[in-house]
Amino acid sequence: MSRYFTEEHEWIDVDGESATVGITDYAQEQLGDIVFAEVPAAGTELAKGGDAAVVESVKAASDIYAPVSGTVTEGNGALEEDPALVNSDPEGDGWFFRITLSDTGELEALMNENAYKAFVDGL
Amino acid sequence: MRYLPLTDTDRHAMLGKIGASSIDDLFIDVPEEARLDGTIEGLPNHASEMAVEQHFSNLARKNMAASHHPSFLGCGAYRHHVPASVDHLIQRGEFLTAYTPYQPEIAQGTLQMLFEFQTQVARLFGCDVANASMYDGSTACWEAISMAGRVTKRSKAVLSSGLHPHYVSLCKTMARFTGDALSVALPEFAGSDTKRLLDEIDGETSAVVVQYPDILGRIEDMSAIAEKAHENGALLVAVVTEPVALGAIKSPGEMGADIVVGEGQSIGVGLQFGGPYVGLFACQQKFVRQMPGRLCGETVDAEGKRGFVLTLSTREQHIRREKATSNICTNSGLCALAFSIHMSLLGERGLRELAMLNHAKAVQAAERLSAIDGIRLVNENFFNEFTLELPVEARPLVHQLAEKHILGGVSLGRLYPGEEALSNGLVVAVTETASDEDIEALASALEELLS
Amino acid sequence: MSEINKSGWKPEMFEERRRGDETFTGNKALMLEEALIFEIGDIHTTGVDFADAPPAASRLGGLERVRNIGLPGLSEPEAVRHYTRLSRQNYGIDLGVFPLGSCTMKHNPRLNEKVARMKGFADVHPLQPVETVQGALGVINELAFWLIDLTGMHGVAMSPKAGAHGELCGILCIRAALEARGEGRKVILVPESAHGTNPATAAFAGFAVEEIPANERGRVDLEALKARLGPDIAGVMITNPNTCGLFEPDMKAISDAVHEAGGYVYCDGANFNAIVGRVRPGDLGIDAMHINLHKTFSTPHGGGGPGSGPVVLSEALSPYGPLPFTERHADGYITLVEEETAGDRHPDSFGRMTAFHGQMGMFTRALSYILSHGADGLKQVAEDAVLNANYVLRNLEHVLDAPFAGSGPCMHEVIFSDNGMADGFSTLDIAKGLIDEGFHPMTVYFPLVVHGAMLVEPTETESKAALDQFIGALRSVAERAKAGDESLKTAPSFAPRRRLDETLAARKPKLVWTEPEPAVAAE
Repeated sequence: MSRYFTEEHEWIDVDGESATVGITDYAQEQLGDIVFAEVPAAGTELAKGGDAAVVESVKAASDIYAPVSGTVTEGNGALEEDPALVNSDPEGDGWFFRITLSDTGELEALMNENAYKAFVDGL
Repeated sequence: MRYLPLTDTDRHAMLGKIGASSIDDLFIDVPEEARLDGTIEGLPNHASEMAVEQHFSNLARKNMAASHHPSFLGCGAYRHHVPASVDHLIQRGEFLTAYTPYQPEIAQGTLQMLFEFQTQVARLFGCDVANASMYDGSTACWEAISMAGRVTKRSKAVLSSGLHPHYVSLCKTMARFTGDALSVALPEFAGSDTKRLLDEIDGETSAVVVQYPDILGRIEDMSAIAEKAHENGALLVAVVTEPVALGAIKSPGEMGADIVVGEGQSIGVGLQFGGPYVGLFACQQKFVRQMPGRLCGETVDAEGKRGFVLTLSTREQHIRREKATSNICTNSGLCALAFSIHMSLLGERGLRELAMLNHAKAVQAAERLSAIDGIRLVNENFFNEFTLELPVEARPLVHQLAEKHILGGVSLGRLYPGEEALSNGLVVAVTETASDEDIEALASALEELLS
Repeated sequence: MSEINKSGWKPEMFEERRRGDETFTGNKALMLEEALIFEIGDIHTTGVDFADAPPAASRLGGLERVRNIGLPGLSEPEAVRHYTRLSRQNYGIDLGVFPLGSCTMKHNPRLNEKVARMKGFADVHPLQPVETVQGALGVINELAFWLIDLTGMHGVAMSPKAGAHGELCGILCIRAALEARGEGRKVILVPESAHGTNPATAAFAGFAVEEIPANERGRVDLEALKARLGPDIAGVMITNPNTCGLFEPDMKAISDAVHEAGGYVYCDGANFNAIVGRVRPGDLGIDAMHINLHKTFSTPHGGGGPGSGPVVLSEALSPYGPLPFTERHADGYITLVEEETAGDRHPDSFGRMTAFHGQMGMFTRALSYILSHGADGLKQVAEDAVLNANYVLRNLEHVLDAPFAGSGPCMHEVIFSDNGMADGFSTLDIAKGLIDEGFHPMTVYFPLVVHGAMLVEPTETESKAALDQFIGALRSVAERAKAGDESLKTAPSFAPRRRLDETLAARKPKLVWTEPEPAVAAE
C-alpha cells in the first residue's frame, strides 16, 4: 500500500485499484475545529478535481476535491455523527471516502510523503 | 444640527490632528468632475423637529387608519390588537439600536430572544426547527421553494391555486431567472384544487406549495397531498399568512408538511401598509443544513454558563459567498421580537382564546352578510376570513364602501384583475377588532348599495 | 440529622461562594440572569384578556387543533421584566460607541420612531383602496423623489426589503435588460473585497461570478478589469466607497469601460453615507445602486433588521424595475402601478419581488431623517463621518498597522490589520478586549483582503470626546496585544457571558428549547 498527497492537502492510500481519501493533519490544523463533514454516497462517480466532499469549521467551509477519478465504494458515516474525528485522527479514523480508481495513471501526478512534507514546509 | 455632535472648534482641531487644511482634502480621491459645488439641488436645508413632525402629521391625516373605521381587510395582512407593552419593550434602546449579534458576549438579549422565537415558531407550525426570521411571508415562500429544490435536486414546483397571488407573482419573477418550472392555477369558487395538485405531483416535483388557510379563507386537510408528495420524493411546503389561525386549527406539521413558512405580521407587528413584516420559516430537523437565513443555537461559555450564538453560519453568504443557500443577510429582528413578546403574552391559552374569538366573530359576520339578498358565502369552512360572491362586481363596491368610511374587504378584482369568474368576489376578514357595530355597519352598507 | 438546617446550608458554603465570586442567584447587582420563557411561563398563563367569544357553530371543518402547542404564557409584569432583563444583556448605539465597519451604527433619532407610529402610517392596510392611502403613497413618492435627487439617477425601485434584496433587484434588472437585448452574457465581475452578498446574489440570479483583483492601494485594478471585459461580461458589482473605506477614484473610468464592453455597472451602496450630499453616483456612470436605509438614513438596526433597500436605477435599467411602484399625476393624486396596469405603464418590468409595497415603516423614518438634515445637513453628515474616521486613523496608525494609511485619507471607515501583534494574539483578542472597555468591537476579519482585518466606522454621530475615549481604549488594548498580555486571551471578563463555545453549538446544533429529561429519582 502506498500513500500519496495533493497540493489541496488530501492524502490517498492506494491498494491496487482501491483507495481511501482523507485530509492531512496540516489541513485539519488550518481549518480548526471541524463541526460538519459531508461525504459522498457509495456509487457516486467522481472526476479528478471535481467536488467530492464538504468539510466545515465554525467560520469556514471547504470543498474536498476528488484527487483522482473513480467510483465511491463507501463514505465514512462515522464523520456525520462525530466530525471531530477529522481533528483527532485525520489520517486514520477521520478518512472521508473509499473509491475504486478508474485510472491509476492519475496517481503519477501526486506527491509522495517526502514531497508533501517539503511542500508544506515551503508554505 | 441636532443630530451632529461635532462643533466647528472640534472640526478645526481634528483637521489639525489629521494634517488636513480643509475637509475637501479628505475627499481628494473623488474626481473633480464628480464633486458637487454646493449642496444637493432642490432639497431644502435642515428643519426643526416640530416642522418635520408637522409635515408627517399632514400626510398621515390623508390616510384612513384602519382603527378609526370598520375594517375588514385581510388577504395576507391582518389587523389585531397588539398589547401596549409590546411596543414599549421593542423600543428599549438595547433592542432597537443593537446590530446582528456578531459579538455574542454582549448580545445575549437578542440571541436568547431569537432562541425563544425559533422555538415558538417551530411549535406553532408543528416543525422541529425554525430560523431567526426572514423578510416577510412572500419572500419566505420563494426561499422554501428554493430550499426544496436543493433538498430534492429537482426544479419543478406545483403551486396551489389558493396561494396568495402576490406570492405567486413573486415566485414567477424568481423562477423566470432561476429556470425553475412552476405550475400555477387560478382559484375557483367551486372548491379547492387538491385534485389538480394530486394529479400533478410526479417523480420530478420538488415541492407542492399549499396555503393554509388559502387566499379565499378556505381550510382543508393537507395530509393526502403530503402523502402523495412523499411517495414521489417531493416536499410539501405549507404557507400560513394568518398565524393566529393555528390557535384553532391543526398545524401544517401535524399534517405532514416538510417546510412551513408564513407571514408573522398578525402577531405583534401591525399593518404598516405592507412592511416591515416578519417571515416565518420552519422545517423538519433533517433539512436544517439546507435552511436559509440566520439560526441561533444554544451553547455554553468559558465558565460553563448557558449562552446563545448564531450558528451553522457556513450556509450563509458571508462565508459561502456564491455557494450560499441564499443571499439573505438581514432577518427581521425587531419584528421577530415583537412577534415573540406578543406570543409570550398570549401564551397557549391566550392564543387559543384569541383564535376562537376571531372564529366566532367571523362565523357571526358570515351568517349576517350571507343573509343579504344576492350575497352567497363561497366557503364551506374558514377561520377568520371568508369570501362572499356578490351579485355585482366587487371592486367598485369597495370604493363605494370607502366613501362611507368602511374598509369593507379585499375585492378579488384587485387581486386577480381581468378574471371575470372571480370579479364578484369579496374577501372579508373579521378579527377580534371588529365590533358588532362594525359588522352591522358593513351589512347595512352592503344592503343599501345592493338594493 | 438536625431539624434546624433543612436546606443543607453550611457556613463554609458562604465562604466558598465568596471565593468563587459567585452569588446565590448568579446575579451580580445590576447584571441579572434571566431564564427562558419556557422555564418561567406555562401554557395556562396569559397576559392578555379577551371578551368572551359569542356563541357560534364551528366552521373549522373538523380540523380543530387538539394537541397542546406548547406555548408558554407570561402575565404582563413577568413579560415586561423578562424582556427588560434580556435587553440589558445587549449593547446598543444608545449605550456607547458602536464602530462596526460597513454597518454604519449611527444614532437613531427618536422623532423617526414617533412619525412611523402615527396611526395614518402604522395602522393602514396594504390593500386599502388607493384613495384612502394618499398620505402613505405620498411618503413613498416623496422619499423616492429625494433618493433620485440625492443620487442623480433616473428612477428608483422602492420595494426591496433589505440591502441584499436590493442587490437582487439590481442584478435582476441587468438580467432583464440583457434578455431584452437578446444577449446571454453570463459573468458578473466582483472585487475580492466585496461583501459576501454580492457573489451570493449574482449566483442566485443565475450568473457565474469571477473575482477581480485589487491593487496595492486597496482599489480595483483597472487594467486587470479592462483585460477581462468582453462579450461574456454581464456587468460588475463594485462597492464604492469600498469595504476598505477607500473611494474608487477610477469609478468613472470603470463605468465607461464596462459600458463600452456592453455590460452594466452595479454599485453596492452600503457605504453611501460617506458621500451623501457631496457626490452623486449618477455622475459616476452607475446603472444600479441599492441604498441601505438602515445605514445612510439611520433607520434602527433592531438587532438584525428589518432593513430596507431601495435601488436607484439609470435610464438604461429603469424600464426593468420591479412592481409595484407609485405614480404621481399632475393633480397630485398618486396611483399604484401593479400587474394590472404594468402592461401600459411599465411593460418591461421584471415583475414583483415582494408581496406589498416595501418597508413603509422604514420609509417614514428615512424621510424624516432626510427632511430633518436637509441639503446642508446631509452634506455635513458625510463630512463629519469622513472626518471622524480619519481622526481615528491618524490617532492610531502608529499603534496598529493601517495598510492603506500611506495612500491618503480614508472615507467613512478605517481599516487596520493584525500585523505586529505578539505571537498567539489575534484580532479576536482585541475585539474581546474592547468589550471589557465598554465598547462594541469593530467589524473583524472583513474584508478578507486584509489579514486579521479590523474595520472601524465611527459615524458622524460620535462626539470628539467619545472618539477620544474610544481611541484611548483601542490604543490600550492594542498595546496589550503587542506586549503579549495573557489576560487579554480570556477577555471579556466583565460581560454577561465569557467567550462562547461556537464549536459545540455547530457540532450539536440545539436550535429550539426542549423539555429537560426528567431527573432520575434518587434511590
